[in-house]
Amino acid sequence: MSFLEIRNVHKRFGANEVLRGINLTVEEHQVVCLIGPSGCGKSTLLRCINGLEEIQEGEIRLHGDRITGPGVDLNALRRDVGIVFQSFNLFPHMTVLQNITLAPTQVLRMPEPEARAKALALLKRIGLEHKAQAYPDQLSGGQQQRVAIARALAMEPMLLLLDEITSALDPELVSEVLNLLRELAREGMTMILATHEMGFAREVASKVCFMYGGVVHEEGPPEQIFSNPQRERTQQFLASIIEAGRL
Amino acid sequence: MTEPNSKELRRRHPIPPKDGFGFALLALILAVALWLATGWVMWLVKQTMTANGFQASWADALLVLFALLPSGLLWSALRSLGQARRARQALQSENLIAARVHSSEAHTWAWFTLGYVGALVLFLLFVLFFIANNVAVGRTFFQLELIRNSFGLILQAFWVNVVIFLFAGVFSLIWGLVVAIAKLLPGKPAQPIRFIATFYTDAFLSLPSIIVIYLIGFGLPLTGIGFFRNLPLEALAVLALTLTYGAYMAEVYRAGLESIHPSQWAAARSLGLSYGQTLRFVVVPQAVRRIIPPLLNNFIGMQKDTALVNVVGVIDAFNQARIIASNDFNLSAVTTVAILFILITIPQTRLVDRLVERDRARFRQG
Ligand SMILES: Nc1ncnc2c1ncn2[C@@H]1O[C@H](COP(=O)(O)OP(=O)(O)O)[C@@H](O)[C@H]1O
Ligand SMILES: [Mg+2]
Repeated sequence: MSFLEIRNVHKRFGANEVLRGINLTVEEHQVVCLIGPSGCGKSTLLRCINGLEEIQEGEIRLHGDRITGPGVDLNALRRDVGIVFQSFNLFPHMTVLQNITLAPTQVLRMPEPEARAKALALLKRIGLEHKAQAYPDQLSGGQQQRVAIARALAMEPMLLLLDEITSALDPELVSEVLNLLRELAREGMTMILATHEMGFAREVASKVCFMYGGVVHEEGPPEQIFSNPQRERTQQFLASIIEAGRL
Repeated sequence: MTEPNSKELRRRHPIPPKDGFGFALLALILAVALWLATGWVMWLVKQTMTANGFQASWADALLVLFALLPSGLLWSALRSLGQARRARQALQSENLIAARVHSSEAHTWAWFTLGYVGALVLFLLFVLFFIANNVAVGRTFFQLELIRNSFGLILQAFWVNVVIFLFAGVFSLIWGLVVAIAKLLPGKPAQPIRFIATFYTDAFLSLPSIIVIYLIGFGLPLTGIGFFRNLPLEALAVLALTLTYGAYMAEVYRAGLESIHPSQWAAARSLGLSYGQTLRFVVVPQAVRRIIPPLLNNFIGMQKDTALVNVVGVIDAFNQARIIASNDFNLSAVTTVAILFILITIPQTRLVDRLVERDRARFRQG
């Protein structure tokens, strides 16, 4: 039994079938990178794992327990599976500290002082202690994204989903976010990340999945996918990435 | 080949500005005419006062002051003219930059003069209307004697309006939020609730409030149900206004809640917050800022509608004033009510403007 098992997942938006039978397994402490052309369904897949989208066919199991379909306690699932979005989605009317403590105090019923202490420890770790009382619009994009990661980490998830979290950042701010991810990977956090940062994927991924046509078209260890892709579509995609100077 | 040539031509011979002399002259003529007209109107006022045996040195002083007021416009018109002359001189000496500066000044001052001329003309027309037919307008609406005598009674009755709109205001704010949330409840089980809430808002948005007040104020006591029979009319009025304005408030809330980007919902739900917690901690606090101005506007609208409760016999300020007016064949008491409504509403509309402006400033900051 794997940590996360995705079996034959289909997802339709009306007549538009975006996922057409996704199969994917993730082991604990693995970092899995989803790559593929824009619109191939990376975000949709991550949102399905987190229960933000309903799937029409197939199933997803976490620790052997089914987390899709009727009767699943989504609020409970989301305590275990955190997600970080491309556009940060911090709560603009709350301070950084409040953003981080909201879910622990309201969902886990953690006492306020404990939640604050934990949040401050997380902020210290990402080097933003001094911004605890700041509002999101007073932070740079990179700082906001690090806070968003801290907000997800505050729930101590078993699995962290990251959806192109550096795509909305100015180039000089990307590295501060990637450094944080690197550290998380080193500590053994299980992560699935949709990304266009091929260099980073190559460096940290345990497994790289190329999505195309609503399925996982090719998967394998990063060296194989990036240096010796087997299938034509994968080769074309990587060629276009190289042409754009992103690999 | 004419194209580059004409461009070349334009570059070598920039368009010279107009000196604005004619415009300045027009402003001056109008200012002088207005000055004369003001003097004439004040003279008419003085005659009317004499005809009615009214004599007071402070009033005379006031009239003289008003008659002198437009001389300020002569100053601004002359200033415009001076700038126009300097612009003309600059044009003659081919100093284009100076000409533009003076021409622009001349135009600004001429427009300034015209703006005030327009406002003053309106004021003079109002004064003429007021004193027309031997102060008939003034007597009908502004009989000071009557206003003074009835003021206490009217103010007391106005208190009824205040109480009604304060209660109905608070209730409709709460009720509207309940309805809005009912309309936004997700899922199939909530479908009947959504349907009822939608029907309610549709119905009460289309019903004139005067009809609701009439139906509730007369109808409910007629049903003979003890509870309604013993309620004071004012409470029924509050109920009617709450039902009507609750629908308006609900629409404002709903627009506000729906204006919060779905990504905020996704972020909150993905952290494990329930639907209710997401509303309470994330969506409502953000929406409230945006909806306070439109809510306040509805509140102001409701204040005005408290004057409608007279149809069921509540003695509010308007009803009281009508009684006085029909006794005296004079509308001055109603004027008092009008002034009271204006007095309580103006600070609120200013407040709305301030809030909107503040919100805009925040938005501009990013
Ligand atoms: N909420 C939605 N409603 C309808 N179509 C959607 C929705 N979300 C995504 N899609 C469609 O699903 C497809 C995949 O989108 P997405 O998962 O965002 O791709 P990626 O993240 O790989 O760029 C796109 O064609 C998009 O138009
Ligand atoms: Mg995406």
